[in-house]
Amino acid sequence: MPNIIAVVCASYGLAQSVCDGEDLPARAERFFRSDHTNNWAVLVCTSRFWFNYRHVANTLSVYRSVKRLGIPDSHIVLMLADDMACNHRNPKPATVFSHKNMELNVYGDDVEVDYRGYEVTVENFLRVLTGRLPPSTPRSKRLLSDDHSNILIYLTGHGGNGFLKFQDSEEISNVELADAFEQMWQKRRYNELLFIIDTCQGASMYERFYSPNLMALASSQVGEDSLSHQPDLAIGVHLMDRYTFYLLEFLEDIHPASQANMNDLFKVCPKSQCVSTPGHRTDLFQRDPGSVLITDFFGSVRKVEITMETINLTVPGIPLERFGGEPHTETALAYVDQLPVAQIIHQKPKQKDWHPPDGFILGLWTLILLVFFRTYGIKHLKHIF
Amino acid sequence: MTARHPRTPAPLLVIGQRFLTQLLIGQRPRRTGSLWPSFHSRWPRWKWVSFLFILPRRRRSPRPQSGMKVRPVLSDPEKQRGRSAAVAIAALVIAAGIPLWWKTTETYRAWLPAARISELEALQLELRVEVEVVFARGTLSPEQQKKVPASRMREQTYESCCKSKSLCLVEADHALHTLTETSCGSVVIYIIPEASALLPQDMRVYVGRSRTALLRSQVASVVGAGLPEVLAALDPQMEQVLQTMSFNHQDVTAALTDRLRPGLSTRDSLADSMRAFKSSPGYEITFSLLNPDPKHHQLHWDVEAALDAYIYPLLHKMAPVANFSVDSQILYYAVLGVNPRYDASASAYTLSADSLAHVINPVEARLGSNAASSNPVLNFLLYVPDSLHSPLIIRNDQKQEVASNAFHSPRWGGIMVYNVDGAYGNDTQFPVDIAIDMSRVMGVFLSQLRLMLGFQQTGAPPGFVLEAAGREGVAEWELDRLLWSRSVENVATASASITSLAQLLDQIANIVINDNIAQQVASAVTALQAAVAELEAGNLALALEHSREAISASERAFFDPSLLHLLYFPDDQKFAIYIPLFLPMCVPILLSLLKIFREVQQHRAEKRAKRD
Repeated sequence: MPNIIAVVCASYGLAQSVCDGEDLPARAERFFRSDHTNNWAVLVCTSRFWFNYRHVANTLSVYRSVKRLGIPDSHIVLMLADDMACNHRNPKPATVFSHKNMELNVYGDDVEVDYRGYEVTVENFLRVLTGRLPPSTPRSKRLLSDDHSNILIYLTGHGGNGFLKFQDSEEISNVELADAFEQMWQKRRYNELLFIIDTCQGASMYERFYSPNLMALASSQVGEDSLSHQPDLAIGVHLMDRYTFYLLEFLEDIHPASQANMNDLFKVCPKSQCVSTPGHRTDLFQRDPGSVLITDFFGSVRKVEITMETINLTVPGIPLERFGGEPHTETALAYVDQLPVAQIIHQKPKQKDWHPPDGFILGLWTLILLVFFRTYGIKHLKHIF
Repeated sequence: MTARHPRTPAPLLVIGQRFLTQLLIGQRPRRTGSLWPSFHSRWPRWKWVSFLFILPRRRRSPRPQSGMKVRPVLSDPEKQRGRSAAVAIAALVIAAGIPLWWKTTETYRAWLPAARISELEALQLELRVEVEVVFARGTLSPEQQKKVPASRMREQTYESCCKSKSLCLVEADHALHTLTETSCGSVVIYIIPEASALLPQDMRVYVGRSRTALLRSQVASVVGAGLPEVLAALDPQMEQVLQTMSFNHQDVTAALTDRLRPGLSTRDSLADSMRAFKSSPGYEITFSLLNPDPKHHQLHWDVEAALDAYIYPLLHKMAPVANFSVDSQILYYAVLGVNPRYDASASAYTLSADSLAHVINPVEARLGSNAASSNPVLNFLLYVPDSLHSPLIIRNDQKQEVASNAFHSPRWGGIMVYNVDGAYGNDTQFPVDIAIDMSRVMGVFLSQLRLMLGFQQTGAPPGFVLEAAGREGVAEWELDRLLWSRSVENVATASASITSLAQLLDQIANIVINDNIAQQVASAVTALQAAVAELEAGNLALALEHSREAISASERAFFDPSLLHLLYFPDDQKFAIYIPLFLPMCVPILLSLLKIFREVQQHRAEKRAKRD
């Protein structure tokens, strides 16, 4: 850490200036409860393949909560390693469910994925965190936080003792993650950071943190596995992990003006529900967790001040202008016909009645019959005919 | 029983042997539907014994007698050749191999000026303000006037017809401004006599729009009238003036908030630092008109002309600080997201101060942004309420109406509510054409813009009159104030970036440092030192330029995409990579060296025994 820069003013010295504060005490208190002016969220799902549906559903459910509580898409970096909604094996395309019997579709209408598929790598994740992106990266793929930003980082996938697996081919270690956070702190890229991880042995990922203002939650301790919640029989895979399922249920009760604090979040998913023991780490955090609101990280409650002073630019004597009162006769605007829609729609309706089985099934049955008769002799045919 | 076959080499598979057996015996496998009974009928258990005769066996050599080791017998020259070969190979490996391996696995690290960077850690900033003190006629007694070495004696009188006090002051200020040329960062203080009628009775100091201040003081009564005594007598008042016009302790600590311990800055400076954007090479400003009710209101706003007239002068003045890019848009059917409550007493809809915080988020999702760079964005929204919810007024905490009807959010921008219900009656034909009074709107936006850019809400000390900025948007001394704090902030940030980058590169030995990074760091260090020197000399404009160079170079160096610390290898992985490569090669070499060493020792021991 660089030393404190000492300031020496040569001429006329520096004395304490006259205090000119005119803030009202109550509003000042509200203003200073927390130091942040904007919120960011980095939500990462690191697993591929259809059977890791639950990791994508985890990430999307946190994304949905965070958006509902106010953080705009421009301040969310969503990284999904695989596309479950449009996966060929998804019986309900364009949906990702978090509750069985398809009660809640977390994919929604306005999901904005910033890093998708093979773009979700350890390198890209670290580049997003530290800000070392190539100059051609668009704004939506950058984490443009400043020294008064509160950042929420959520990771989910398969992990182990000290590492998290990305895309089944590489891994990020807890040392690298701690170093990335330290570099963020050196450039003051965050005011406070909440780190949530839902993987097996997740607590090992926050063991090595050493930067200030970090709070971490994990779904399981070292040596324990995080378990998945419930399968849906129609979709055929497990839909959510237990920790994130109960986290989602907890967040559904939070609204933007809610006063729930972090101690409530630590109680989410006790061992009886989660089977694993969730853990948390607050020793690097400067404020008391009981005074930290959930919406400090998950929502985006702006600080607002009334504008008291204005600059008088009007030249007195000129009244407010009004255009002449003649009604405008404007022709109604219409779109040009771009597609011959009428011709496209004129299609034959689909046949829904029964038709005999086609080639593949026919061939399969023939093969089975052939093998049967070869093994046991042609004489068994007499039982059929 | 199968015939004994000639020796077949061991790698032949059992199946190959089976077919060979069949070929020689002349039996062919019968084809049946299942493999299982056929196999066992052809290979009963007793037949497996035949493999014992087919597989190769070890040659039976005579067992050596116990205690005697069988060793190849070598002659002395052969032994010597063997020894020298081993030594030569070992020498080659150690002398050439190890340096070669070291060199080829080295990461390229360009040279960084480490000594100068470590100097930056203990940087001392000296800020110097040039002050020119001008004594007007009548302030100094005649003997003082003789003793004071007057650098310039100006006999200039100006007649002013004082219609009103404020106009008089402004004229005087303007006239005085033409007398002296003030460079960026300097201050001129005019001392006027106590009895002067220029300032109102209770006001002691007047700060004009340019860098001049009028200070009313009684100097003639000071005893011992040399220049130092006169200045000493004026010291406290001049200090106050300078703290208002240039910088004070609060400003400097606010500019250094990141690098200082928390608790050193007061609440007000913290609020100011939270509100204003951090120093950045550019800003994007977007003006948006929100019209939720196009069926009733057809709004016309001449935003381009208004920007030209009111906003661009300010931005032009701020060109040395940052680049600005301005655009505007109109959004239809954009609602506030908060339901205003109807207040019968005021017969208007009201938004309380508590609900204002929730207004911004739903709107922000709709605001597009065509910002192509990573610069911070300021949004200024003008909301015209729909006819059902007109008029809409904002109430503060004390339930009073806010005159500007606007609010702002730190580091985001501002929103103003503009009511148009007064422009039409009940029976007009909708949609109504309404032209928005841009001067009123821009007045509010300009003040919000000033706050966002870092011009603090000036709380003047008692007895001071600060001239309002007016149409120009910002007074020159306010701009100077901003430049002081920005220069200090840039210098602090740049030095912190460079020192932490050097620390990072030291810690992680595997990061490649390219030439361009080294160049950026070197130029950043040079610009930093130049900026510090200029601050010491008091040239504010040059100092700001150098500090901007320094910060842009240091940011480019720190955020270079090639500096990625993906190279953390845990120790067990390093062993796993190197052992299969080097162990098979090194073990024979080491063992042969050991053997040679033992032989030499033995030889020496024998020699010593022979001698004795």
